[in-house]
Amino acid sequence: MKATPTVLDPAGFELPPDQKAALRWTIYIGYFALTAGIFHGLAQALSYANIDILRFFPGLKGYYQGLTAHGVANALIFTFAFSNGFLPLMTARALGRPLVGWLVHAALATLVIGNVLVIYAVTTNQASVLFTAYAPLQAHWTFYFGLVLVVVSTWLALVNMLVVLRGWRREHPGARIPLLGYISVISYVMWLLASLPIAVSFLGFLLPWSLGLMQKIDPLLTRTLFWFTGHAIVYAWLLPAYVSWYALIPAQAGGRLISDSYTRVVFILFLILSIPTGFHHQYTDPGIPESMKAVHAVLTFGVVFPSFATAFSVVAALEIGGRARGGRGLLGWVAKLPWGDPSVVAQMLAMLAFVFGGVSGLINASFTMNQVIHNTTWIPGHFHLTVGAAVTLTHMGVAFWLIPYLTGRGLWSRGQALTSAWVYTIGVFIFSRGMISAGLEGMPRRTFRVAATYSNPAWDFGGMLTGIGGTLMFFGIAQFFVVIAMTALAGSRAGSPRDIPITETLTAPATTGWERHLDRLGLWVLVTVVLCVIAYGPFLLTYLPPKLVSPGYRLF
Amino acid sequence: MKVHTYERVFLWLGGAVLVACLAALVYGSVGLGLHLPTKAGTIDPQAVAVTPPFDRPGVRQVGPNAYEAVMIGRIWSFTPAQIEVPAGADITFVLTSADVIHGFNLEGTRVNMMLIPGQITRNRYRFKEPGEYTIICHEYCGVGHHTMYGKVVVK
Repeated sequence: MKATPTVLDPAGFELPPDQKAALRWTIYIGYFALTAGIFHGLAQALSYANIDILRFFPGLKGYYQGLTAHGVANALIFTFAFSNGFLPLMTARALGRPLVGWLVHAALATLVIGNVLVIYAVTTNQASVLFTAYAPLQAHWTFYFGLVLVVVSTWLALVNMLVVLRGWRREHPGARIPLLGYISVISYVMWLLASLPIAVSFLGFLLPWSLGLMQKIDPLLTRTLFWFTGHAIVYAWLLPAYVSWYALIPAQAGGRLISDSYTRVVFILFLILSIPTGFHHQYTDPGIPESMKAVHAVLTFGVVFPSFATAFSVVAALEIGGRARGGRGLLGWVAKLPWGDPSVVAQMLAMLAFVFGGVSGLINASFTMNQVIHNTTWIPGHFHLTVGAAVTLTHMGVAFWLIPYLTGRGLWSRGQALTSAWVYTIGVFIFSRGMISAGLEGMPRRTFRVAATYSNPAWDFGGMLTGIGGTLMFFGIAQFFVVIAMTALAGSRAGSPRDIPITETLTAPATTGWERHLDRLGLWVLVTVVLCVIAYGPFLLTYLPPKLVSPGYRLF
Repeated sequence: MKVHTYERVFLWLGGAVLVACLAALVYGSVGLGLHLPTKAGTIDPQAVAVTPPFDRPGVRQVGPNAYEAVMIGRIWSFTPAQIEVPAGADITFVLTSADVIHGFNLEGTRVNMMLIPGQITRNRYRFKEPGEYTIICHEYCGVGHHTMYGKVVVK
């Protein structure tokens, strides 16, 4: 089979230094947020093991303030700051064009200001409403406005990528978009569409209500708008990891990607199916017809399909790498994979965790079965395997080459980098095993268990595993932070990668026939919008106008 | 677009697993009659105490072997805090919240519902075994969230 490079400019392309610096700081914000969030994460895990360490947190007013900080820092800021740096960088590199300078800086500035506002609101205990911000619990307006700015910064990053893409298309009429650029852009296009409902919720309801411009709010409508965005947001965290798995990891492991078009189809399926699935987070909610919940259940099962496809493609690409490195036999290639390369190892562990994350997610989506586990610790057990492992470990693995690439300094300690990934992985498996089993026994999520006035001995074993696993996760991330900080501050000037690792595909993108339509982003956006209208239209048409019934409550 | 044979097989198998799971769900909800909460009316959360049936919370018989359990969630307790129902009877829970969003999870059962201000939550359940079941509020509802629980005594 003849390999066709996906890169048009094999000589490499480097961004102007000021753009590179801005993207580097954007990504630093993400890793700072990750590290800031794990301290209360540890307190939460230990609370489930009936150990209270909150007295060691000076200035913290309560468990739920810390829980809000953990969710916001680790689920929102870490993920989007990483994507805001990573995706524009991939787009620029794949298309061999610089970004728009002022947009790079504007996105960073917006992200910083948004963060400052959110940090103010959370640290002063004026926003202990958790990252889901369910009304009618009411936070200070700076919390909502800060998060809006974080979202606006993602929009600015996307606009930048689209400008680059348009410029490239003008210069290459009729040519196929290079794969890495294509999947990077489509990841954030999906997020743009997905973010519109939450923008309506925050700008149209929560923000004016927190400012006193609106007396009352509709709790079910704002919650529904949150989950209209809220399932796709998970895919917005995941797709940048998929970008790395598809377009970078095979090259790092010495393999190749099987099919170009196939990869594009997978990303289009994620674009189309990620958003119209939000009701599966609201199966136990009143006020939403059961029939519409059923429609979303089927669509949620649909979005599993591209992940099945990914499992095959990515593992096949790794197998090609393992065999190219001398692996023989049915499974002999596994041993030949680069187990000494922390970047590859962290991401292979991420893939392994995602198998279990995916399976437990399918159970969550399973309609009436969801009633057994809804809002129990099963749910955080599940999503620490997805965002907390598949995404986090991938972003750790990417950091092991990306930070050297961006700083021009070699990775500080390969051994410590490897250890951090393994410790975190072992931790997250023990943690999730505990959360999942205790969840099946009804242990509630988002609950300060140490201080709860009810208990159940059936939770003790799972709670203990949660505490042990969570402690290991804490040390894994702490070590990761040391590795990254030491790399940036003291890494050797030699030994940093000159270019990003771009994968070749075995089958080149077709330049004739139907496959060219895969590059018509406008068409697929239209399909997505139509599907969203089908999934949410009947509910909204019969539900609206908003039922403004609830005043704000500050119970923290 | 070339799809490898192994890949084709893998994807068909994956698709078949999904279809089988969906078939099981259809059997569960249509065949076994397990339902999720659906539209069941709206209410002014600030007037819960004077709006029927929530003006008289508690258990009442509504038919032969059929009961309605009317309960209100408010920070940080359920009203009534404890109810008694017979085993083997059809119990319809009729619930709402008087302030913020609360959860209603009956340990060891599939009774798991959200109480959202402005909405009435209904779902039906039949207890097979007598015993004491703890109701846990499993949605964050303020600083006292972890002290919010109730009890169902099945006789």
